[in-house]
Amino acid sequence: MTQSPKLSNPTLISVRDLTVGYGSFILMKSISFEVKAGEICFITGGSGCGKSTLLKVLMGLKSPKMGQVLYGDEDFWKADANARQAIKRNTGVLFQSGALWSSMTLAENVALPLQQYTDLSQEQIAELASLKLALTGLAGFEDYYPSEISGGMRKRAGLARALALDPAILFLDEPSAGLDPVSSRHLDDLILELRDTLKATFMIVSHELDSIFAIADKIIYLDNQTRTIQAQGDPRRLKEDPETALCALDFLTRGAAGKALEKSNCEKTGS
Amino acid sequence: MISDMRIHVDSERGCLNITVGGTWRLSPERPEEIQRALQLVNEPQITGVLIKEDGLSTWDSSLLVFLVQIVRSARERKIALDLQLSEGLNRLIALAFEVKSQQGSQRERHLPGFLEGIGEKVLSVFPRLTDFLEFLGDVVSALSRFVLGRATMRKQDFLSALHECSIQALPIVAVTNLLFGLILAFVGAVQLTQFGVQIYVAGLVGIGMLRVMGAVMVGIVMSGRVGASYAALLGTMQVNEEIDALTTLGISPVEFLILPRILALVLMVPLLTIYADLMGIFGGYLVGTIMLDIPPVQYLNATMSMVKFSHGLIGLVYATMFGFVIALAGCYQGLRCGRSAQAVGQATTTAVVHSIVGIIVMTAIITIICNVLGI
Ligand SMILES: Nc1ncnc2c1ncn2[C@@H]1O[C@H](COP(=O)(O)OP(=O)(O)O)[C@@H](O)[C@H]1O
Ligand SMILES: [Mg+2]
Repeated sequence: MTQSPKLSNPTLISVRDLTVGYGSFILMKSISFEVKAGEICFITGGSGCGKSTLLKVLMGLKSPKMGQVLYGDEDFWKADANARQAIKRNTGVLFQSGALWSSMTLAENVALPLQQYTDLSQEQIAELASLKLALTGLAGFEDYYPSEISGGMRKRAGLARALALDPAILFLDEPSAGLDPVSSRHLDDLILELRDTLKATFMIVSHELDSIFAIADKIIYLDNQTRTIQAQGDPRRLKEDPETALCALDFLTRGAAGKALEKSNCEKTGS
Repeated sequence: MISDMRIHVDSERGCLNITVGGTWRLSPERPEEIQRALQLVNEPQITGVLIKEDGLSTWDSSLLVFLVQIVRSARERKIALDLQLSEGLNRLIALAFEVKSQQGSQRERHLPGFLEGIGEKVLSVFPRLTDFLEFLGDVVSALSRFVLGRATMRKQDFLSALHECSIQALPIVAVTNLLFGLILAFVGAVQLTQFGVQIYVAGLVGIGMLRVMGAVMVGIVMSGRVGASYAALLGTMQVNEEIDALTTLGISPVEFLILPRILALVLMVPLLTIYADLMGIFGGYLVGTIMLDIPPVQYLNATMSMVKFSHGLIGLVYATMFGFVIALAGCYQGLRCGRSAQAVGQATTTAVVHSIVGIIVMTAIITIICNVLGI
């Protein structure tokens, strides 16, 4: 179905021994992983285990307590303002809450990044904004305000905004939460399409088992109890490797069976 | 429904036997046996617990919470535990223990003592001060980028901010200053008529309004109107992660959101002050001509001769500074707002309090400077 990015692809994001937390509260420790250019990487784990916080550290909103986040060879948290700006220019972000600018229409939301970073004319920008909204299934909603659309639509509008500048890296925080199954499949297709055409790299927080097995090149499973990465790798291979996979897979398949996602009690079923 | 909690507790040869039955409903009265069981399970001579049900009809969380407490104690003490309960109860008890509480997620909630509280307050002054200075630095650099024409600010934002603190503020500024002029004239008139120099009411009102009171009144009205709304708006944007969304795009929230608002206030507060001065003088004029029977022309002439241009200019200096103070207080509180609805409310009140205090401190400073300079 999907072909994984070639081994020759350079490493785009490397995270080394990261510790994140709030105040004196350590949320996650010894987080290390690498993501290659063009990979689709899923992050999964119980709710409240720090997935959104990890994304925030990666996208430069929250400083880590320890460790490094490297984009190429550049250490984000040690880089100067210009280098950071260049990295940010190349990332698109979909927040868990959508985080649309409430005083602007959907079209203006999508247009703002374009106005900031390109010299295109107003008409070109408007056309691009309509296109991005259409890609995420929101054609015709250009002049709506965020408060006038549903939660799932806000998610999609947030995705359209994240796609505005055709960024090289996309951070999506639970993009399919609140979407119906059809839109959710549509989203998977869109992600694959963007990866293949624009060579974009994705870091996606999600619990959708179907999406993970359909499009993920890599999955990172964060565990509530040990507070670190419990398993990582190709989801299809993880399935076959009984050692590391049990927790992640048990977690995911239990979710698929419709049970509460949060109950990631690995020890009980793992031993 | 009356609860008929039946519970029987006995212990023999180190085994605690608990039998529950009847109807269990949440109610303030609980059988004493419950307390006894909870005590017994922690006693060293108890080495096993057996829980049975006997004629249990309906039950709710009151039963569950009791059983969970017993089970937890038994597990903590690692003593034998035998649950001879119905399927439903067993499942719920298992569910209560399925997800362990996350390490480190339980907080110590302790209220600081009196001295400790004072200490914490004092220690927090310095970080808060540096934080504010950092914000001030950001604002100044945004302003300088604006002067160089490189700031990323949307025209619409500036225009809507202008609208909010100009046309929309006219009625309230008019009413408050007209009345304030009236009050000033009344208070002055009572004293001045004793000496037969009612005409000086014109000077009192004119100079008073122009030099400081017009600006102070506008400042206070605008703190409540505009400063509060800036704090609420930016605070809500903070809660909705809208500001984070700007930051990840590499757009500085200070330039994009705060600069237009500061510019709007710094521009409009002086203009509103001129309008307010005129309203105040009109209030004084009403008192002078109607109550004190001063002929209108004479009142106006007196105003013209006593009021100097420099009074008006000093008033505008006050007004400009007030505009800056109000915008800073509102935007700072909004930008540093926590991530909850309660925090937005707090940010709003703090913004108003800080800008009013700021206005008064600023007034004192400028007044002293003027005094020293002799103007
Ligand atoms: N602003 C904050 N201050 C303190 N603790 C926070 C804050 N935001 C989140 N947390 C804590 O971090 C944990 C992880 O949050 P989050 O990263 O949003 O989890 P999720 O994996 O569901 O996205 C939460 O359990 C919460 O206790
Ligand atoms: Mg989250």
